[in-house]
Amino acid sequence: MIALIARRIAQSLPTLFLVVAGSFFLIRLAPGGPFDLERPLPPAAMENLRRVYGLDQPLIVQFGHYLLSLLRGDLGPSFTFRDLTVTDLFARGLPVSATLGSLALVLALALGLLFGSLAASDRGGIADRLVGLAASLGLAVPNFVTAPLFQIVFGLGLAWLPVGGWADGNPRNLVLPVLTLALPHAAGIARLTRASLGEVLIQPHIRTQRAMGLSRARIARHALRGGLLPVVATLGPLAAGLMTGSVVVETIFGLPGIGRYFVEGALNRDYTLVMGTVVLVAVMVIVFNLIADVIAAALDPRLRPSA
Amino acid sequence: MSAALAGLARRRLARDRPALAALASLVLIALACLIGPSLTGHPPERIYPDVVRVAPGLAAHPRPDEVRPALQRLAFRMRVSLEEVVQYGDRVRLTLTAQKPIDLRAFRLLPRSGLFGEAAVRERSADGRRLVAEVPIRKRVFLLGTDALGRDLLSRCLAAGQVSLLIGLTAALAALLIGVAYGAVSGMAGGRVDALMMRLLDILYALPFVFFVIMLLVFFRAGLWLVLVAVAAVEWLDMARIVRTQTLSLKSRDFVRAAYALGLSTESVIARHIVPNTLGPIIAAATLLVPRVILLESFLSFLGLGVQEPATSWGVLIAEGSRAIESAPWMLAAPAGFLVVTLVALNRLGDGLGEALDPRL
Repeated sequence: MIALIARRIAQSLPTLFLVVAGSFFLIRLAPGGPFDLERPLPPAAMENLRRVYGLDQPLIVQFGHYLLSLLRGDLGPSFTFRDLTVTDLFARGLPVSATLGSLALVLALALGLLFGSLAASDRGGIADRLVGLAASLGLAVPNFVTAPLFQIVFGLGLAWLPVGGWADGNPRNLVLPVLTLALPHAAGIARLTRASLGEVLIQPHIRTQRAMGLSRARIARHALRGGLLPVVATLGPLAAGLMTGSVVVETIFGLPGIGRYFVEGALNRDYTLVMGTVVLVAVMVIVFNLIADVIAAALDPRLRPSA
Repeated sequence: MSAALAGLARRRLARDRPALAALASLVLIALACLIGPSLTGHPPERIYPDVVRVAPGLAAHPRPDEVRPALQRLAFRMRVSLEEVVQYGDRVRLTLTAQKPIDLRAFRLLPRSGLFGEAAVRERSADGRRLVAEVPIRKRVFLLGTDALGRDLLSRCLAAGQVSLLIGLTAALAALLIGVAYGAVSGMAGGRVDALMMRLLDILYALPFVFFVIMLLVFFRAGLWLVLVAVAAVEWLDMARIVRTQTLSLKSRDFVRAAYALGLSTESVIARHIVPNTLGPIIAAATLLVPRVILLESFLSFLGLGVQEPATSWGVLIAEGSRAIESAPWMLAAPAGFLVVTLVALNRLGDGLGEALDPRL
């Protein structure tokens, strides 16, 4: 297992480097700079600012500096949020996004697995068709439609839940954003579970168990072991995406997460903030893919490296 | 794809009622988007400033209670004051007064509002400061209501559909071409080249592509064409993988070996034998790609990074609608309805095609 983890980490390093290099040079190629204001700064002040932030040096030197500080775990100062480093910003926003994301992930998994297996065990029946219909709707309705819809129905119409805001993580404020985040993924997981579990359920070893008179629960345990593999394989990117926040959901519900930093940072040419977000997302994708691989290896002996 | 498989697939698809329904609704939506805007009676960009945020329905506008306020606004712009308004049938009789002699050219504002016709002057006082005119009312029906500027929402949705569908189809086609070429070459080459090409694909898979798309759009003030390129650049990876797997399994088949034995070059084997035989899964995957592209485009447009006004897409309309949801919920419901029906239908059709074209069944 340790060999597997080590190999995966080694494999992901070039990817990480490519991500960092690609976005670093893409940002710097873009017209405009972080200190462009409506009324231009006096040239002397501009020069000073550029020197303080090291923007006056050749691009390749700046890249080297960025890589070195990255190795020390330093993401640099934010250009637009003065007096704050990118790490400070993440320390504030990441708990919000991660709370929402992990709750949404759990909810999506619970709903998706439940209804997916329900549909698979009733292939062609009414439950199957209903789940299929709900899942295709869940996949097709984008979250920028569900979010305002939830706000107007549950927030304004029925007045059950607050329309937005974080309120220090008050559970009532979390319900609607978590639901909005979870629904499309629940639909995706349900479809995937239905398909893969359906294939496992018609295999000879399950038929044998049925013929031997095993209880439904025992059979379900055996079938899920194989049927869950494709779901686990998609969990890595999914978890990473959910944990790093969603621009749409955080904007609509007014939540102070990190999902908004990327678009805002890009619009403001906040080089370090954009880079920091990209690095964070890339690291998250790698870490969660690794976790997903480990879980998959635990479920399926064939995926374990032959020691 | 062999003729036999095509025939089999057609028969299988003909039995798949939901997939057929999906296909029918897609044809309907596409036709409506193409020719609909000229049939609704309202050009998509026509603004009716006096019927703003009208609810959907069959009622004709202006309703009797809307005539007076509309005329009041028009009279203000004509620099006259409205002394008396008498409605009978689909005509109104106006009595206008003003400080200075009334300039008849101001009456051009009436037909320009879209709700009234040409005015006919009936009486005019000697000093020209008092005037009685008869104006026909032009009744307008807004099936899906109007937006915050007074534009017909149905026409807007249909015109937006042209853009969304065009983006979906072209980007899917571009992704298809790149993916098929990459996958077929990688699978046919085999060995080191294949391993290298797949390793590159793995790296590309791990890149946060949406971030690059957003960066491109923000930094380089992208237009529609760049959105297309950016989206295609994200979406060809799956296609390449599918085609490569298919190619690998086809490569060692007898008919491919026979083609080589007959002296065909590798290029013509790829073009004549490999690609046609991978068409089934490719078609299914491409059909599933279109809704993903449309969704991505509408997400980008929702953020204000995609299609820019005055051009419009379903994502742009949904963004406008979600801002007006309290006062005019139909502004969100109408474009969202079009988008969701299209996506569901495309997904269902893709699934149906995938099953119908699966050679293993």
